[in-house]
Amino acid sequence: MSAADIHHRLEKNAGLLIFGILFVSAIGGLVQVLPSVLQESLSTPTANARPYTALELEGRDLYIREGCSTCHSQQIRPLLAEVARYGAHSEAGEFVYDRPFLWGSKRTGPDLHRVGGRYSDAWHRVHLINPRTVVPNSIMPAYPWLDTRPADGRGDIEARLRTLQKLGHPYSDADVAGAAAALEGRTEMDALIAYLQVLGTFSDKGASE
Amino acid sequence: MQDANIPAGESYFDGAVLFLVMAAIGWSVAGMAAGVYVAAELIWPGLDFGQAWLSFGRLRPLHTNGVIFGFGVSALMGTAFYSVQRTCHVRLFAPGLAWFCAVAWQLIVIVGGLSLLAGFNTSKEYAELEWPIDVAIAAIWVCFAIVFFGTIARRRVQLIYVSNWFFGGLIIVIAMLHIVNSLALPVSMTRSYSIYAGAQDAIVQWWYGHNAVGFLLTGGFLGMLYYFLPKQADRPIWSYKLSIVAFWAFTYSYIWAGPHHLHYNSIPEWVQTLGMLMSIILLAPSWATMINAIMTVSGAAEKVRSDPAMKFIVLALAFYGLATFEGSMLAIKSVNVISHFTDWTVGHVHSGALGWNAMITFGTFYYLVPRLVGRELYSVRLANLHFWMALAGTMLYILPMWASGISQGVLWLTLDDLGEPMFSFKDIMASMPPYYLIRFVAGAIFLAGGVLLAWNLIMTIRGHKIVVARPPEVRA
Repeated sequence: MSAADIHHRLEKNAGLLIFGILFVSAIGGLVQVLPSVLQESLSTPTANARPYTALELEGRDLYIREGCSTCHSQQIRPLLAEVARYGAHSEAGEFVYDRPFLWGSKRTGPDLHRVGGRYSDAWHRVHLINPRTVVPNSIMPAYPWLDTRPADGRGDIEARLRTLQKLGHPYSDADVAGAAAALEGRTEMDALIAYLQVLGTFSDKGASE
Repeated sequence: MQDANIPAGESYFDGAVLFLVMAAIGWSVAGMAAGVYVAAELIWPGLDFGQAWLSFGRLRPLHTNGVIFGFGVSALMGTAFYSVQRTCHVRLFAPGLAWFCAVAWQLIVIVGGLSLLAGFNTSKEYAELEWPIDVAIAAIWVCFAIVFFGTIARRRVQLIYVSNWFFGGLIIVIAMLHIVNSLALPVSMTRSYSIYAGAQDAIVQWWYGHNAVGFLLTGGFLGMLYYFLPKQADRPIWSYKLSIVAFWAFTYSYIWAGPHHLHYNSIPEWVQTLGMLMSIILLAPSWATMINAIMTVSGAAEKVRSDPAMKFIVLALAFYGLATFEGSMLAIKSVNVISHFTDWTVGHVHSGALGWNAMITFGTFYYLVPRLVGRELYSVRLANLHFWMALAGTMLYILPMWASGISQGVLWLTLDDLGEPMFSFKDIMASMPPYYLIRFVAGAIFLAGGVLLAWNLIMTIRGHKIVVARPPEVRA
């Protein structure tokens, strides 16, 4: 039976064709993606990594809500120039509490993986209310509403910590129970800044320069 | 011709097809308008007027979802429903279910778009929608599969035609990718956390992201090409054997290429290298298909001169070849080191999205709509004008993105004698407005062309130019 004859069988049988497509397209995922998802070294935290506090987690979810990752990466590549500009290169163990990952695919603005501790809280506040007060040519959007809205507007911070707890993040029941209280009286701005300040501090290589 | 096997009075079912085509045209205008708007925001950041829902971070996913899922999927679903009947010589299976797919899909795009504006966003590119919408998408996709494969199962011809392999690949592989990548633990109706974390989430996401491009924007539209190109050229596909080889090589190798989106990122070296290798191998099936299509066209040169629909399809093939070549090159680590994170990526995507996806769809619609309504195209001159606007818009988009992207990539990596970055990020960014201005104008031209298409086809549907039957032209 020639190759063309074999293919004719596929073309005459929809079930075989469906199975063939599924099988052929699944191989790559099974060989390449599945082992990575099961690879322990990729889900082993660095010594300094810890789950985000309630305030930082709220800040991270606001970072996602505002689409910050459409313009800012959180991934420093192991290249001389990149390390010189942003600090120590990123490592898998620093991201094990990141659901989802926020490495990004575009740097319209600079990388933020090691931005933690680089600017003061006050600078971030002024910059987020209107970036052009501190960076004249900046094209970043202004986020004035963050400063007036209370954190945890949807009132689900405890549910969020509990969900992450179920996914294996080492939160204690006291962490979950105290989450709402930790956000009491804080604004969205406070939360986002708390998140920005913790970025990059999970590295084992000490603080970035 | 009356086939004895066809029950008297049975006709093709095209109601949902026309609905999907018109929906696709509507989404192309809306989605591209959002794109032009975000392009303007990158020049004039005040254009968000201090409104959260108008800010770049929320409109950008609205743009990508609008064009991919609104325009792209509506066009693919419509042309799949149209061509599967004609290649199987049978009426569409379960027309009611087909109508349900068509209408429910539009609701998904509307609700999804509104949820993105409200800030409900998973942040995973091209999979931004929250879990209740993801569940609904999966359900509609199953209905799509039932209609499509149900029609194939009832076919009156023995062999399943090649366009149906690609549409079938679209349905099957996108279902697999969507379900695996969207797995998440819900917090509430509007929030969930991915079951994957960090580097593993990144690998799964780009397995999805790259192959959404692969099996939807490439494979799905190749299904469109394999049906409508031979129809328009009025000749069979050049090499049937080549289409078999290209299909299976494409289906096998595309799925491995995702990690080229994560070169030098915190994922294992072997995953990156394998992703690069398979991306280069992918050039073979991509170009095999292009060559097959161009050889099919080459026998219909006269039509390419006179028929605007055919012009669009030929141009789409050129951009398909260009974009797939560029994609394989960008997947090489030493090229990617410069291009990654820059505007070059954006230019590359638009080379494919405008040059290939939009053009092949426009060409197909100029052919399809007059046939669906039994009237002649309202204006060939407007269609020709649209062709030149689409070409100018695409070129003007790609060129400045090459210039800005390569500048960014090179300048970011340039070090001075002391090993410090030579140029500050701010200074490099401050040199971008001229490029962004050209890109904005390019997008506006392309969008205006889309409005012309909408006008032309609406007038065709409303018009009174009934198709006149003519004897076939004499071939030299």
